[in-house]
Amino acid sequence: MIPSIPQSALFKSSFRIYAFIFFTFLMAPLVVVAVFAFNDSMFPSLPWHGFTWDWFFSDQEPMLGLFHDPQLYQSIATSFLVATCTTVLAVALAVNNAFLFERATFRGKSVLYMLMLLPLVIPGVILGVSILIMSSSIANYFDDVWAIDIELLRPGLTLVVIGQFAFITTICTLIVAARLRSFDLSLEEAALNLGATKLQAIRTITIPYLLPAIIGAAVISFLMSFENFNTTLMLVGSDSPLTITLYDRLREGATPVINVVSLLLMLASVVLALGNYFLSGRKSTAE
Amino acid sequence: MLNHTDFDLQCTDLVRQFDDFTAVDQVSFAIPKGSFFSILGPSGCGKTTLLRMLAGFDDPTSGDIFIKGKSMIGVAPNKRPVNMVFQHLALFPNMNVSENIAYGLHRQGINKVEIKHKVEQVLARVNLSGSGEKKIAQLSGGQKQRIAIARCLVLNPDVLLLDEPLGALDLKLREHMKVELKKLQQEFETTFVYITHDQSEALVMSDQVAVMNHGQFQQVGDPQQLYFQPDNAFVAGFVGDSNKWSAKVMDILSDSLQVKTVSGLVLQVQKPETKTFIIGSEVEVFIRPEAIHISPMLESKVESTQLQTNQLHTNQLHTKVNNILFDGANSQLLVEEQTSSEEIKVKLPQTAEFMHLKKGDKLQISFPMQQVNVFPKIQDK
Amino acid sequence: MAIKGKSNTPLKLGLLLLLCPLLLWLVLLVILPQLTMLNISLQERVAPRIYEYGLSNYIEFFTEPLYWNTFLRTAVMSIIATILTLIIAFPISYYIAKMLRGRAKGLLLVLCLVPFWVSELVRTYGWMILLRESGVISSFLQYIGFTEGPIEFLYTDATIMLGLVYSSMLFMVVPLTSTLESLDDSYIEAGYDLGGNGLSVFWHIIVPHAKPAIVSGCIVVFMLTLGNYLTPILLGGKSSLWFTEQIFTQFITRFNWQQGSAFGVLLLSISSLIVWLGLKLSRQSFSKVMS
Repeated sequence: MIPSIPQSALFKSSFRIYAFIFFTFLMAPLVVVAVFAFNDSMFPSLPWHGFTWDWFFSDQEPMLGLFHDPQLYQSIATSFLVATCTTVLAVALAVNNAFLFERATFRGKSVLYMLMLLPLVIPGVILGVSILIMSSSIANYFDDVWAIDIELLRPGLTLVVIGQFAFITTICTLIVAARLRSFDLSLEEAALNLGATKLQAIRTITIPYLLPAIIGAAVISFLMSFENFNTTLMLVGSDSPLTITLYDRLREGATPVINVVSLLLMLASVVLALGNYFLSGRKSTAE
Repeated sequence: MLNHTDFDLQCTDLVRQFDDFTAVDQVSFAIPKGSFFSILGPSGCGKTTLLRMLAGFDDPTSGDIFIKGKSMIGVAPNKRPVNMVFQHLALFPNMNVSENIAYGLHRQGINKVEIKHKVEQVLARVNLSGSGEKKIAQLSGGQKQRIAIARCLVLNPDVLLLDEPLGALDLKLREHMKVELKKLQQEFETTFVYITHDQSEALVMSDQVAVMNHGQFQQVGDPQQLYFQPDNAFVAGFVGDSNKWSAKVMDILSDSLQVKTVSGLVLQVQKPETKTFIIGSEVEVFIRPEAIHISPMLESKVESTQLQTNQLHTNQLHTKVNNILFDGANSQLLVEEQTSSEEIKVKLPQTAEFMHLKKGDKLQISFPMQQVNVFPKIQDK
Repeated sequence: MAIKGKSNTPLKLGLLLLLCPLLLWLVLLVILPQLTMLNISLQERVAPRIYEYGLSNYIEFFTEPLYWNTFLRTAVMSIIATILTLIIAFPISYYIAKMLRGRAKGLLLVLCLVPFWVSELVRTYGWMILLRESGVISSFLQYIGFTEGPIEFLYTDATIMLGLVYSSMLFMVVPLTSTLESLDDSYIEAGYDLGGNGLSVFWHIIVPHAKPAIVSGCIVVFMLTLGNYLTPILLGGKSSLWFTEQIFTQFITRFNWQQGSAFGVLLLSISSLIVWLGLKLSRQSFSKVMS
């Protein structure tokens, strides 16, 4: 069971085989997506027609490469915009919430904390739909009563940002609050004692301490926003973020250019996430 | 009333009441300029609450605090001329040594050149010149202590508060830091208020010690006073090691009392001047292990000069050795008095004459009645 | 002389400043939308653009077999997927937490996290490449002569299940691994030392210790599976019959928001109900499980 307890070789090797199968299962879909990005064929499937970079760089139909496909790189830009807005909003509110839940005492705090966790229980589709209903209701009301059409409340990027912000905030709050909980309050008291005002103490001592968590939350938030599908699908208007464009392409019939996008997406997110993982890992062991 | 300005720190009738619990109860004291003042008490006695009120992190329910004659009521912690060395030091992990020391100076808006100069100066005074660029995590326990103190002293506070800063250190380093702290205090001539539950720290370093229990000061005095003339049973029991017995007054003589412990040991004790006793009243008696004299090997050795001096001791007891607790210079004997079977701790000097003592040996012990402290029994709260 | 406490006003003001953004977010983006959805679900159309309160949308759900069959099917398949995920994840978590040491341990744990960092869309697309008629597995089976013609693996319940288990794996492995890691080896050693065998140590020492993680893992996996949209659609195709798909259809295709809202409320209700039951049965608090 554990190394200190002798086990039969069969027991150990069966575990090893199981782990091997498990990780094959885990990695197989990612590997095939990556591999078929380089297949010199119109379809992301066997047979293998040889290695090519065309799906990246070719500027000729029908094998139009990613970098010459305006629809795709437009949607990447859209996703960037959405993810940036969502991240800024979510992280700012998360820091605010963390201070509220970890520092303040007030009546109804535990109820509010439960409510704060609520977005985790609401399926993404429902969250998207409900925000759509509410914003449309408000928009319809303005339209009916004052004949003002508020474009912002109709499906579009603003609503996408709002929808993603609604649930990503909870995740960011949990990350920042956990770090703030481990903060030694006497550090802030020491700053006060040495003559700092409350705000100075927070700015010079607490915020630098929170920084790894803030960066971590921002990375997670950016990734989640970039890759979100369910909530986005319900709120999207004419500008589609990357996941929506990919989904449409998938339904029309996929070409390896989707593999190329996926591969780049995988690489970017893994690099970002690993960087964050190791950075925060090193930070926490150093302290 | 005393003139406030004679003292760096003065408290009058300080009370801190939590819902149904009085953490600090009518505490008044005054600390002369430049002295090392310790507040000694068990955990939960209210010493931390007292210190936090001095620093401004807590407000008294009633009473007043004066620093250099100025009332501190309503003054925010960052506006008080006191600095604090925190229990776990609270050195800022995101800053290096220099930045930590410069933190308070920056808040005062002093210019960079002067800050740099002051930081170097104080680093030199705590013998850590050249460590300015080091990270906090790179410092040893003792170095962290000194930086935490330097960070406060660079601001020239009127009073330096220290909240058990030696608690986290191992024994050897703690012994060393005691001496070092005392030296630093004398060098900087700043008033130190030091709280601790460790009596040895308080006794070694302090000019004055206040023993605190249940939110009240039990006794304030210099270390010798606390040790030799405790005011009450709590101080007698808390400061130093003692044999402690519950007893009843059997007889009252002109200058002494005769008391009998619960297990029947009869002792002569000096009658205290300040307290009155009646026959039958319950008392507590204390005798320190090192105040007890041992006369070795009654039957065999020549009982010349030694026995004669011992005859002067009022209390002569026949005992047998139950246990030898060897601990170098702190070795003790546990002996049993023969008629009452009362167990008594006796200091065992590590000299040649007692080297051969062993379990079961008969021993005569003696002590003068002046060495026995007697107090009325305190009712436990 | 002394006044108790500092002046309260700046504290109150600060609290208010912190509270406002949170309340705005919670009320406007989380609570009100759900209430609006509930409100809309209770409206029935009596004439064009004229609505009245009534339960017809819910009655429609219970009278139309397609709807409640889909609903039940979604719930049952989610439960099965949760159990399968637990069974598959436990040995891996145990292997990582207790049988590996040092570098291998960290590496495998990171490897478990990798698929999570990749978009769900990409993961599902990977399975499509593997499983479809012209896919990798089908081609491989033909190549080794196992079968004559191509085999379609997509669009079956088993495929949907595979996809669901795959995308939930992380949420089971991570809490399980960290909890099992916190189990001191000496408890297992003591179990053996006192005469236990592998099975009794597993049941009486390891499982009770891991129980909180099992519960929280199961709850999270169940919620995610129930609300999943992409996996059933892409791997199950037209026959997927997943409830979120019904919601999408009502809203976007049929533009019947009243019906769609009723479905949304129902999905949210069953999700909350099962989470609540899970917490009740295991006597854990929501806040603890979530964080």
